[in-house]
Formats: sequence, C-alpha cells, structure tokens
Amino acid sequence: MFKLTDHQSSNSKKMRLKSSRGFSARIYEKIIEYVLFLAALASVFVTLGIAYVLISESIPFFKVVSIIDFITDKQWTPLFADAHFGIRPLLAGTFVTTAIALIVAIPVGSVIAIYLSEYAHPRAREILKPILELLSAIPTVVYGYFALLFVSPLLQKIFVNMTGFNMLSAGIVMGIMIIPYVSSLSEDAMRAVPMHMREGSFAMGATRLQTSVNVVVPAAFSGISAAYILAVSRAIGETMIVAIAAGMQPNFTLNPTEPASTITAYIVQVSLGDLPHGSIGYQTIFAAGLTLLLFTFALNIAGHFLKKKFGERY
Amino acid sequence: MPTELENIKAEVKDLNFYYGDVKALKGVNLKIPEKKVISLIGPSGCGKTTLLRCFNRMHDFYTNHSHTGEIILNPEGVNILDRKIDPIEVRMRISMVFQKPNPFPKTIFENVAYGLRVRGVTKRSVLLERVEKALTVSALWNEVKDRLDQQAFNLSGGQQQRLCIARALAIDPEIVLFDEPTSALDPIATARIEELVSELKKEVSILIVTHNMQQAGRISDYTGFMYMGELVEFGDTDKIFTNPKEKLTEDYISGHFG
Ligand SMILES: Nc1ncnc2c1ncn2[C@@H]1O[C@H](COP(=O)(O)OP(=O)(O)O)[C@@H](O)[C@H]1O
Ligand SMILES: [Mg+2]
Repeated sequence: MFKLTDHQSSNSKKMRLKSSRGFSARIYEKIIEYVLFLAALASVFVTLGIAYVLISESIPFFKVVSIIDFITDKQWTPLFADAHFGIRPLLAGTFVTTAIALIVAIPVGSVIAIYLSEYAHPRAREILKPILELLSAIPTVVYGYFALLFVSPLLQKIFVNMTGFNMLSAGIVMGIMIIPYVSSLSEDAMRAVPMHMREGSFAMGATRLQTSVNVVVPAAFSGISAAYILAVSRAIGETMIVAIAAGMQPNFTLNPTEPASTITAYIVQVSLGDLPHGSIGYQTIFAAGLTLLLFTFALNIAGHFLKKKFGERY
Repeated sequence: MPTELENIKAEVKDLNFYYGDVKALKGVNLKIPEKKVISLIGPSGCGKTTLLRCFNRMHDFYTNHSHTGEIILNPEGVNILDRKIDPIEVRMRISMVFQKPNPFPKTIFENVAYGLRVRGVTKRSVLLERVEKALTVSALWNEVKDRLDQQAFNLSGGQQQRLCIARALAIDPEIVLFDEPTSALDPIATARIEELVSELKKEVSILIVTHNMQQAGRISDYTGFMYMGELVEFGDTDKIFTNPKEKLTEDYISGHFG
C-alpha cells in the first residue's frame, strides 16, 4: 500500500516535469540527435562502400586466379608474360618493413612517453611534445628520399653488399615517422593515470622508474596498446616511403637488406602505370587492397579485444 | 601528554610548511609515542594531510613548497626532512594508507608483495610468508587466500582498503600513516578498519587523520586538534574529548563549527 502511493506520487511528479519542458526544445534536441546519428552513419557507409568496391572488383580477379594460387604461389609477376599471382612476396615485404618500423618506433616511442609523462618538467614537456609531433607532419615523400639518399648509403657502410633500395632503410625511416604516434598516445594514456595511484607506489618506497614500469604502464595498458595498434596500422598502410626506398620489386624474402615491394607500394605502382581498366593486371590492385583491408580489420578487432580485456584499471 | 616514560618514535619540531606563499602549517610541535594510535582531527583545510605527508616526504613529488623545522625519527635521531636524507629510505620505514583505496593494477598477491619487490626481494617463499602475514594481520587472509592471483580491482572497497593496509604493513614499517582511511567506506567496512587499527598498535606507531571525531575517540590513545595550520591542543584522547584546555577545541568537539 505504502509503496504503491509512493510510486504513484513519483510518477505524477515525472509527468509534470516532462510537460513543463517546451515542445520546441524537445524537437530541437531530437534534431541534434539525428544529425549526430547521420554523421556517425556516414562514416559507417564510407567504410562499407570501400569494402564493397574492393570486394566487387576482386571477384572478376578471383574468377581467373584461384584463391589457392593467390595464397600459395611464391611469385608475384602479374605484368610478365609468365604471370604469377602469389600475394606472399608482397605480404613478406609488408611484414618485414612493418616489423622493422615497429622495432624502431615501439621502444623509442615508449621510452619517450615514459620520459614525457613521468620525468619531464612540465615546461620541458610543453616544448618537446610539439617538436616531436612535427615528425609526423613531415611529408612521407621527404621521408622516402631521406631513406633512399641518406639512411641507405649510411647503412651500406655496415652492410657492404646491400643494394641502394632495401627494406631496412625504408623500415627504419618509417619507424622514425611513427614514433610520435606511439609516444603521444602512450603519454596521454599514462598521464590519465590518477596521481593517487603513483603516490601509492612512491609511498611504498618505489623509485620513479619502478613506479612507471610497474604501476603506471600496466594501469595505462589499454591506451598504450591502442597506440601500438595504431602504429602497426600506420606502418602496414604506409606507401610512399616503401615505394621510394624499398625498390618496388616483389621479392619473397625476409631478408631486410634486400629490395622488395609491399602491398601498398605495388598498388601505387600499378595505379600510376598505364594498364587498361578491367585488365587482369589492373584488377590485381583490388585483390591486393582487399588483403590489406582484411589485415587492418583483423588488427582493429584485436585492438578492440585488448581494450576490453585490459580496460582502464584505476 | 605522552609521559616521559614512553618511548618517543618521532618528534615534530617547530614545523612550518608553505605552499608557495600560503602558510599551511604554523609552528607545529608534536611527539609520536611508540606503539600508540595518535589521531589528528580538525576542520577541513586545517593542514592535517599536509602534516601527515611531511612524515613520508610525499611533498617531494610536487614543486613550489617549502618548510622550516624538523621531524626527528628515533632511535637514530635524524631529521627526516633533511634534503640529505634519501626520501626512499624514509618511506621504507614509514608507510602510508590513503584516503581512497588505491590498489595497483596487479593481483592481490602482487599488491601486497609490491613493497618487498621494490626492495629487491624475489624469493618466492619469503614473499609468500610475508604476504600471508600481512594479509592475516589486516584481517583479509581468509577472504582472499583462495584467489591471491586475481586482480585486486575485483575486491570491494572495504577489502581494497584492507589490502592497502596489508601492502603498507608487509614491509614491516615503524610508523604507518593513515589519511582518512575510512572516508570512502560504508559503516561496516569502517568498523572493521577501526578494529584493525586498534589491533595494529601492538606492532607499530600509528598516525591517523580523521575528520570523524567519534572515530578518533574510539581508536586513538592521543588526539591532536588542528585549526588553520596550528596544532591547537594535543593530549590524551579522553582528556581532549571530556575536558579540553582550549576554548577552540571545546567548540570543535561540541560541534559549534567545522
Ligand atoms: N597542493 C597544494 N597547493 C596549494 N595549497 C594547498 C595544497 N594542498 C593543500 N593546500 C592548502 O593547504 C591547506 C591545508 O590543506 P590540507 O592539509 O589538505 O588540509 P586537511 O587535510 O586538514 O583538510 C588548505 O588551505 C589547502 O587549501
Ligand atoms: Mg585531508
């Protein structure tokens, strides 16, 4: 009985509250909601559109080349008389350059993030951070020639037999370009860790380094892993540096001192060439693009699960 | 006042503390007897936390503050506020429990073992023994002994705070500082922590900040009343609550302000 009246009174209160709001205000809010929803929808449609184009353009290709050949053949020579359509050389090139870039960018970027977030004086951080972010503002074409004309000759002093075009210099320079992606996002994630968490560690007699490594980094892990995943996607998708410095020759090897082509480098190469639309040679770029999309998609899903598993823990 | 017969574990001498130009502590003198509970009460903003955080050099992590005066830690009689004293060494002997439970993003076991690990203890058997002891003293062992490898965040707020107490105890500190350790907890969890604090004084000296006067009355042997950066009165808890010397203390105790 008591509960019932209680409920009723709160109900009538709610109704009065509702009717006291202006009709136009409610309409206005609804409109805003729809506009925002459409904006979100648009980005979904763009993604779906890209996937649709890649898939529909790849279908004619896979009618001529079997998926088995595409995956198992060790040569990629679509433009030769003896045409082979094995994606593996391009994947190997993408994999090697990406791996080198990450070997450079992840340790360096993480150390910079720890320094900026946990050690640097606020004023030093204010100066250093924009300078660092400038690294990712340099056009990739400039990086490409930097790799080819500066880094590669330098490395040839160590690896004497290395060709001028090689995956190593392209990968290293790509890594340098990616450093700010890693450091900036990781630093943001680490700075979001509340002070009381660090104080808990300091109060136990931990040093700054122990606190950074044992408490701050694990607490910020979800954000840091998002930074790493972005770095991987960025490295896989990077085109200009590898196109200029790695040699554009499909080469099924994991040896970084050799020249090779990547999926992206191959795509620009063909797009810029004069192959007629609709020819099998031209269609290869859609099959290659689809492969690329699948990989980045898988990465995003992996990132999503990582984030779910290690949500912010503070 | 603490009698001369008691051992004095630490002594604050003429301590002034400034945040920039703002004077947050004004000529504080205080003796911390060994193996007793000392509580600090006073209205919000009177400097309780500031004083507490001097004891483990927590201010070192921030800029724009200064102090004059000393905190002497016995038996050596060294001034722990001296710049030449390594703050890490101070924190190895004086540990702290914070207002809000702040477990690390680690397992229950690793949270308690943390202080030992940063001291370089790696032997599993030693860690196990110390962790079990600390958790037992903190009255948490029975609740967590079967899930030591679970994340500490899965514990309730009260359990998390007891975990933080275990963490602070695992390093065998000489003094434990508590900054309003129950302000984020419900009454039942609060009662358990209070019980625990009274139990702990068999082993360590305890300095506890609280703005809950009843709590100070229940758990402490000595009480200090602070007001606007000054330690207005310090003495036996019973005395402070029943027969304070200062008018200001009496007003605060009887709820006239604060
Ligand atoms: N980091 C700080 N910077 C400047 N002033 C501070 C800072 N921390 C505390 N204060 C000031 O010092 C005084 C004492 O604060 P605090 O020790 O936190 O009081 P309590 O713990 O008794 O509530 C307050 O006036 C507060 O505004
Ligand atoms: Mg306080």
